[in-house]
Amino acid sequence: MTAIDTELAPVLPVGGQGQRTPKWKKRSTWVTVIWAAALIVIVAVVLYPLLWMVLASFKLSSDITGNVSLLPENPTIQNYVKVLQGIGGIPVYTFFANSLILAVGSVIGVVISSSMAAYAFARVRFAGSKIFFGLMIATLLLPFHVLIIPQYIIFQRLGLVDTFVPLLVVKFLATEAFFVFLMVQFIRNLPMELDEAARIDGARHPRVFFSITLPLIKPALVTSSIFAFIWSWNDFLGPLLYLNSTEKYPLPLALRLYNDQSSVSDYGATIAISVLALIPIALFFFIFQRFLVEGVATQGLKG
Amino acid sequence: MTTTQRQASQTAAPLGSASAGPGSTAPRAGGRPKLSEKKRDGIAGYLFLTPWLIGFFVLTLGPMLISLYLAFTKYNLFTDPEWIGFDNFTRMFNDPQFQQSVQITLTYVLVGTPIKLAAALGVAMLLNYRSKGTGFFRSAFYAPSLIGASVSVAIVWRAMFNSDGPVDTGLGFVGIDLGGWVGNPSLVMPMMILLAVWQFGAPMVIFLAGLKQIPGELYEAADVDGAGPWRKFRSVTLPMLSPVIFFNLLLEMIGAFQIFASAFIISSGTGGPAGSTNFYTIYLYQRAFGDLQMGYASAMAWLLLVVVGIAAFVLFRTSKFWVHYGGDLK
Repeated sequence: MTAIDTELAPVLPVGGQGQRTPKWKKRSTWVTVIWAAALIVIVAVVLYPLLWMVLASFKLSSDITGNVSLLPENPTIQNYVKVLQGIGGIPVYTFFANSLILAVGSVIGVVISSSMAAYAFARVRFAGSKIFFGLMIATLLLPFHVLIIPQYIIFQRLGLVDTFVPLLVVKFLATEAFFVFLMVQFIRNLPMELDEAARIDGARHPRVFFSITLPLIKPALVTSSIFAFIWSWNDFLGPLLYLNSTEKYPLPLALRLYNDQSSVSDYGATIAISVLALIPIALFFFIFQRFLVEGVATQGLKG
Repeated sequence: MTTTQRQASQTAAPLGSASAGPGSTAPRAGGRPKLSEKKRDGIAGYLFLTPWLIGFFVLTLGPMLISLYLAFTKYNLFTDPEWIGFDNFTRMFNDPQFQQSVQITLTYVLVGTPIKLAAALGVAMLLNYRSKGTGFFRSAFYAPSLIGASVSVAIVWRAMFNSDGPVDTGLGFVGIDLGGWVGNPSLVMPMMILLAVWQFGAPMVIFLAGLKQIPGELYEAADVDGAGPWRKFRSVTLPMLSPVIFFNLLLEMIGAFQIFASAFIISSGTGGPAGSTNFYTIYLYQRAFGDLQMGYASAMAWLLLVVVGIAAFVLFRTSKFWVHYGGDLK
């Protein structure tokens, strides 16, 4: 499919074509000006909600409604002070810590389990591998609805509701086929000769996996880690199903508390904690945007 | 299961047949202390695959079967499931809330996805116009896709579209007085679709990668033939891009079916106002975890699975009529 087509992109002589601008690409200055103006307008519309959000967090709650101006008339950090007081007697850093534990745990689980499965699919010949690979691809398209009820029943029977276990164990068992698929694609593009040379020297699969494959698929591991972190950080349904006690809430559930409890007069604090919750993602985005955008472009991964 | 076994015996057969007939594996293994490479491969394969295998059987296939069974029962999590045949499925036909949730979800998927993809393709073509200096725009357009499904964005969206929020106030300046979108059942769907369209960045990046693969010679040839911009779009861009369109369509439609957090936050978990955010997932969640009607909710889940499966099948089947894979145009 597409993912496979675009995978081949680096092999094609792209650079050779781009050396001189082909005739059909030459454009007049006027068209370029209109083109740039259109892009700037679209970018302004797309970024407006984010800008509004950040600036609204520094507004008095009474100034947030009833005007379109982006800049706060009376800048204040009152909203953030209110957020730092916590909610229901639980300090706000607890929610951050919970989110961080879940996200880091997810990254570790995804990297270990998905890279192992991907190595098996891409580099080991064994009976049934084709069937399992097909099943793995099929789970890519599986609506999660059909799993939430029985999975909940299983974890409830095991007495694991209101712990982080159900949220983390799924990551350690490579249930997110996206990551397995991404790594399989990456490993398949590595030259087989390296593996063969190592095998001739007497290295067995575990050795090849650790010394050759893992170091070479670092870009895929980084991309997977970033997406695993962000997806876990944003996940709402999982924690909503499995976590009951407020002190175990990650940020999305805490945000819901603020959102449901605050009246219009307390808008500011809700928006302020929403901004805080997005900061780690923003950092990832600014540091790794190349990885993210390239990852999406080559693998068809969603945000 | 049987296919797995058949596959296993087929692949295993050539290994033993070289040295001796069937059934000779035991003495052979006893004779040589070192395992054959094929066998070692088999063991290594399954060892590497162990986490995935456990995940697949215990957390995916097993639960699917449990869910299928529960779909034919009445189950509240505490007493034993009671077999009721097809009652859950016939009940759907008399459940107006269920029908509403189907209608809302289909509207969202069938209207929202094409608009989102059209926006993604349009902006991708705009960005593809020049190859240099577009990195900033590409990243900026992509940013909403990363956070769009988060609770933070849902909260902000609600604040922006509430009465007296910036959208309402801004429209008021140009003489359009719609009031708050959040409390208005007929404006909630446009608001949700706008939230989806705002996240056009991910499919756009994929379109852009596809556009860059189209050889410039095709456009030069079209120029020579005197084709205008629209003709070039219809006869070169669209066919060359069709695999990417197919891929994005599949991915985005499946994603749209699964909308949950934004609808949940915007309606405070109620699916309101007047059921206008009563998406399939929200309704399923309420039935399963609000009323503990696990059987009915499982039936809903399986119906969705079958419908999505048929839709994907149809999409794949019809794809050969409109998707051109590399080669046939070169």
